[in-house]
Amino acid sequence: MSLLEVRNLHAGVQGNAILEGINLSVGKGEIHAIMGPNGSGKSTLAGVLAGREAYVVTEGEVLYQGKDLLGLSPEERAREGLFLAFQYPVEIPGVTNMYFLKAALNAIRKHRGIEELDAMEFIALVKEKMKVIDFDQSLLNRPVNEGFSGGEKKRNEIFQMAVLDPTLAILDETDSGLDIDALRIVAEGVNRLRSPENAVVVVTHYQRLLNYIVPDFVHVLIDGRIVKSGGKELALVLEEKGYDWIREESGDVPADAHAAGSK
Amino acid sequence: MSTETSNIEELANQEYKYGFVTDIEADAAPRGLNEDIIRLISSKKGEPEWMLQWRLKAYGHWLTMKEPAWPNVSYPPINYQDIIYYSAPRPKVRPKDLSEVDPELIKTYQKLGISLGEQERLSGIAVDAVFDSVSVATTFKEKLGELGIIFCSFSEAVREHPDLVKKYLGSVVPAGDNFFAALNSAVFSDGSFCYIPKGVRCPMELSTYFRINAADTGQFERTLIVAEEGAYVSYLEGCTAPMRDTNQLHAAVVELVALDDARVKYSTVQNWYPGDREGKGGIFNFVTKRGKCAGRNSRISWTQVETGSAITWKYPGVLLIGDNSVGEFYSVAVTNNRQQADTGTKMVHIGKNTKSTIVSKGISAGHGQNSYRGLVDVKRNAVGARNFSQCDSLLLGDRCGAHTFPYIEVKNTTARVEHEASTSKIGEDQIFYCKQRGLSTEDAVNMIVNGFCKEVFRELPMEFAVEAQKLLGVSLEGSVG
Ligand SMILES: Nc1ncnc2c1ncn2[C@@H]1O[C@H](COP(=O)(O)OP(=O)(O)O)[C@@H](O)[C@H]1O
Ligand SMILES: [Mg+2]
Repeated sequence: MSLLEVRNLHAGVQGNAILEGINLSVGKGEIHAIMGPNGSGKSTLAGVLAGREAYVVTEGEVLYQGKDLLGLSPEERAREGLFLAFQYPVEIPGVTNMYFLKAALNAIRKHRGIEELDAMEFIALVKEKMKVIDFDQSLLNRPVNEGFSGGEKKRNEIFQMAVLDPTLAILDETDSGLDIDALRIVAEGVNRLRSPENAVVVVTHYQRLLNYIVPDFVHVLIDGRIVKSGGKELALVLEEKGYDWIREESGDVPADAHAAGSK
Repeated sequence: MSTETSNIEELANQEYKYGFVTDIEADAAPRGLNEDIIRLISSKKGEPEWMLQWRLKAYGHWLTMKEPAWPNVSYPPINYQDIIYYSAPRPKVRPKDLSEVDPELIKTYQKLGISLGEQERLSGIAVDAVFDSVSVATTFKEKLGELGIIFCSFSEAVREHPDLVKKYLGSVVPAGDNFFAALNSAVFSDGSFCYIPKGVRCPMELSTYFRINAADTGQFERTLIVAEEGAYVSYLEGCTAPMRDTNQLHAAVVELVALDDARVKYSTVQNWYPGDREGKGGIFNFVTKRGKCAGRNSRISWTQVETGSAITWKYPGVLLIGDNSVGEFYSVAVTNNRQQADTGTKMVHIGKNTKSTIVSKGISAGHGQNSYRGLVDVKRNAVGARNFSQCDSLLLGDRCGAHTFPYIEVKNTTARVEHEASTSKIGEDQIFYCKQRGLSTEDAVNMIVNGFCKEVFRELPMEFAVEAQKLLGVSLEGSVG
């Protein structure tokens, strides 16, 4: 059984359709890349999966660990191990990164019936994770994302991911705004998180990141549909030829465009 | 969007948990106000003639004054003849020590989380508890006495330390200062008095807890704190009241005096009953608080967290008379449901190189209306005066309001006055971000609001800061979602 099963998902904002029939199946241990031009619906898909309330699902279903994902509240999804690294991380003035993360981790642990961590245990965990992704200690005691540079914000997302240790991580353009060194560090963090038990969906529109995070599957999302899926070599073709050839090739894409990925 | 808003609003609906009534016999004056009532109050308290005369003079002033109409709040007219101006739990003999205090009263304070038993030590905070109109117990008195610190009820101070009271009473807030201060001066029933002698640093937080219990009773307490040269004191004030569907008037006066190099830190967590969700009942909190930095290098700080009351009308200020003196005002004011607050500060720069800092955080939810009203007044001789003001408003939902009325008067060209203001809406994005990390809506709102208030909370003594955070959570519960 796959970890995530998206079937014929239609969603949009107030009468405006954005996603028009997404099919996607993500198995444990896999890395999937979703690529597509700006405005094609990548963030919308990520947002729908995470439960952003602005989006309305009009058709289709999503199973996560065999359960109806769309019936869960955003915080329940998070506690069940779904993590979204935001394309635009949000600032929370006056709340330190440490405090925020500890509250988040303990909310998740509580939900799972695991004992909550006290301050000392939490600090020990944070220290360990900081090493893994080379995270600057000074950012820990600053308010969440406030005054962070674009790159620092993205790194903070990955740092949070490392601490929260999700089962399914969705990274929404975590690579944009990163220089090559930061990119490498972020990718490293993601690769270390990889295990046979979890999966990562990487949303990007450059193939650059995929040199470091090597996907098992690449899906092309255009106009709210996955119009082509393939292995990691598809990303290279996209890099070279852009998206137009796919548009031409697929023409009027059928709503049930097949998505590869699961076995 | 509207889902978020209504969610936010659901959070604000936890019941007021201090709304119980204590069943205790009270010795109360008849309703209404006239000279006889004032004489009655004065005689009940066994006051000397000078005190009675002071009251009567204030009453005379009050009769010539009008209730202020300028605050940005609205409420039905108050019938001053329908209020009970004095109510004391029986017996009227003031208890000598805790063993003589009515156990019901001790229980009441326990329910409020206040310990009157010295053996419990209450993390080293000395408490004066005011129940309706009279002070019922002051803890740690002896220990403080060894240092020459006087901490007692106001009535006791009038009897035992008349010279100090005569010298300082009305020296910061004159009896005729404003309508409510004049009313208080005429009918004040009790309160706390605190005197820190020269060079003494008060070793523990001093605290007063006010509780209105009897129905239709006004509470008019008066607090006077004097810090002699080089003295230091940190003072905490907390308040609660039962839930009643009629409005109750609370018109207090607080006067602080700091002489050369003295420092007074006054912190309030105000949690009077705010009324129900439709705005029925609740306390009218019309309070005059002022400090006088009389000496050089003196410093007075007001920190307030105002979550209760139906209507709050309060401008703790500082008269900066001594050269190099410093006045500070840190405030969090929350209005939810139908609550209205018009609050801020007055910083009057008179001496040279005087400094003031104002940090005001207004939070509105439900139909709450929150106004900041502040005056920075730099007089002609205040060479080198400096002020920094920051007024931030946070809105939860879209039916509430935030208003800012900064007044700045500068008569000295060397003065520097800076004012910053912001209004923000608690963002759906912020809440979603928190939820995506596993936090409930309620925890998310709490966290965001507490972050917003951080600059003020860090000015509070530790235990109070924790309490204030919890209170904020309770008073906003159900306001976001
Ligand atoms: N909250 C929203 N309100 C209105 N339009 C939206 C909203 N979110 C996304 N859209 C629109 O949906 C389309 C897809 O957007 P998005 O999912 O952000 O694309 P991508 O992440 O692939 O760049 C765009 O045309 C965008 O303008
Ligand atoms: Mg996007």
